[in-house]
Amino acid sequence: MNIPDKTQSTFSKIKNWFATKAGRILFSIFIPVITLMILWQGFIFLRDSNAPQLIITIVAILWGVGGIAALFFVFNWLTEQLPRNLGQKLQPFVFIGPAIAIIGWYLVVPVFRTLILSFKNALGMDWIGEGLAIFENYRFVFTDRIMLEAFRNNLLWMVIGTSFSVAFGLVIAVLADRSKFEKIYKAIIFMPMAISFVGAGVIWKFVYTYRGEGIGIQEIGLLNAVVLAFGGQSQPWLSLPPWNNFLLIIIMIWLQTGYAMVVFSSAIKGIPEELLEAARIDGANELQVFFKITIPYIKGTLMTVTTTIVIFSLKLFDIVRVMTGGNNNTNVIANEFYLQRFTYGNTGRASAIAIILLVAVIPVVVSNVRQFNKGRRAF
Amino acid sequence: MAAGTKKQKNKSSLLINGILIIICFIWLLPTLGVFVTSFRDSKDIFNSGWWAILPHKEDVETGRIILDESIDVDGNIKIEGIESTFKELQEGVTLKDGRKLTWYGNKRTREIVVSEKQRVGFASNLTLENYKDVLTGKEISFTDAGGNEITRRGNNLGGAFLNSIAVTIPATVIPILIAAFAAFGFSWLKFPGRDILFTVIVAVLVVPLQISLVPILQDYTKLQLNGTFLGIWLAHTGFGLPLATYLLFNYISTLPRELLEAAYIDGASNFTILIRLIIPLSVPALASFAIFQFLWVWNDYLVSLVFLGEKTRVVTYALASIVGEKGQDWHLLTAGAFVSMLLPMLVFFLLQRYFVRGMMAGSVKG
Repeated sequence: MNIPDKTQSTFSKIKNWFATKAGRILFSIFIPVITLMILWQGFIFLRDSNAPQLIITIVAILWGVGGIAALFFVFNWLTEQLPRNLGQKLQPFVFIGPAIAIIGWYLVVPVFRTLILSFKNALGMDWIGEGLAIFENYRFVFTDRIMLEAFRNNLLWMVIGTSFSVAFGLVIAVLADRSKFEKIYKAIIFMPMAISFVGAGVIWKFVYTYRGEGIGIQEIGLLNAVVLAFGGQSQPWLSLPPWNNFLLIIIMIWLQTGYAMVVFSSAIKGIPEELLEAARIDGANELQVFFKITIPYIKGTLMTVTTTIVIFSLKLFDIVRVMTGGNNNTNVIANEFYLQRFTYGNTGRASAIAIILLVAVIPVVVSNVRQFNKGRRAF
Repeated sequence: MAAGTKKQKNKSSLLINGILIIICFIWLLPTLGVFVTSFRDSKDIFNSGWWAILPHKEDVETGRIILDESIDVDGNIKIEGIESTFKELQEGVTLKDGRKLTWYGNKRTREIVVSEKQRVGFASNLTLENYKDVLTGKEISFTDAGGNEITRRGNNLGGAFLNSIAVTIPATVIPILIAAFAAFGFSWLKFPGRDILFTVIVAVLVVPLQISLVPILQDYTKLQLNGTFLGIWLAHTGFGLPLATYLLFNYISTLPRELLEAAYIDGASNFTILIRLIIPLSVPALASFAIFQFLWVWNDYLVSLVFLGEKTRVVTYALASIVGEKGQDWHLLTAGAFVSMLLPMLVFFLLQRYFVRGMMAGSVKG
């Protein structure tokens, strides 16, 4: 980086700086202090005020958005008040400092803190044991009946949920690619991505709802109505293992197929038309073209999408929480984490579960870092 | 030959469109059901499936028969020329002319309902009452499945909606600003430790946020940040920053070097270059991340459950608690679900291009 050296103006600036040093220093302290005080007042107001909610909302937005802008502005201004040399050395840290501090506080340090907590007792105060007994929380995680059930269910989510999402996504992407109405189809399949998992939970809970038997009672859930129409018996599906797990996984497929489809769709559009034409002229039918050309060509994308959805299924929480609360054999790891920490108040076990989740994604972390370092020659 | 392939193509395109239409129909059906139900009368919802708003044939009551005291209800009962037992009547007996006799009550009622299949058109008794009920925090009353009048406090989803806005907008803007500064610093300024620090950011991209919840909650309890807007903004900023910095870095580091050097020569400071040059040039990347983060925060349940809770209810929290407390009140649940989906849907339909890009870029988030 070449910063033009403006010797004269720097010189006069330094002279000026010394001349008004006292005033400047006072001013430089005054401005940040005032800013921080105003921000603090805003915080107190938002925390304690009983003003109408609309006013609180507006103040919150102004305070939050304005506050962060003001902080950057003031601290940048401060570095520009410093002697030029020092200021230039400090400025990068004003720029990256907040990001580093926040990422450090919220993501990097917690990895170590959670690791330590996973060797402590329920309250997180004392070590849970001595010698090998220090692994007590991990022993629990890998032997408890409910934990094992959660692992099994997560495996179901991972294998079934991921494979169906990827397969549907791929098939729909390939089919839509040949239709004039591609955009409409893709918009409809992608739409669930806009819906919260809680909202999706309500939508599907209504599909699976069960009213019970009795004269004059009508099934109002789609699934039971279909079952009845085919001459079956209506069932309380969500409390009926093993079906409830699969019915929950359907929700994940409904949500994730759109993501897979959109990514595949753009990958498919990158396949050179000549390649496909050549294969067709050589007499390959559409299925052969699909398996021999399309799939090998988008293999990288296929891997990325699969990994992403696997990670999603690993951390899945909201759907199970809202639909069944993990009852009736539908528990998953992330829900058990929540239960251990917030229902049973066992910090140690919850931390051990979180560490297991982290260990599961470490291969992805490593591959991300590698990939990044490979593509960063010009950095 | 050419005509042949064309014909074949048309045929296969018909097949493809057919398959896709069926898939799309299945995909839409659950949402459609909730959408329709949210406008139906609370009593109707329990008495018939939502598809009943479509024209269909239905048994409509045309009259009642009171059995004479002299008839023995335990034996065969003869009505309108047909003999049947009480059991058969309970299940419904169809007469020759198509009318149906059904005995709804117990034996002592001696009352039989006569009904006839009739065509019913589109339902016309749709209402906005459910939305009013779920949005307000005041007393509401409605009729339940059994026809009973129920009065209770509303769910105040309107208030939760405002809270969600107060959480989401700053939780989107703050990480964008911080990340823009950081990405600019990482791509254009030289300082010691740059490579290592950025590698750390890439590494924590997929770290599951469960890792942070326990220690951060300890901090928040000490700092009294639980339930405050600042607390949740910072949490969402923390969880969104690696992705934001990474995306913006990828974009900003590809901007032409000459442009920036020209600006330096003109005497612009780093701050000015960032505000006047980099940010305006990065609008596509900023928009993609903004939409992703906006939706992530709006739709988030776990983080607000842990750090906000009952004190400051956001829509997802409010909706989930209706599911928990009143799991069968479908008129409130369906309307509530749509209130929570309103803004995301709007963003989806208005800004679809950025939306898709943002969701694709952000799907790796931990």
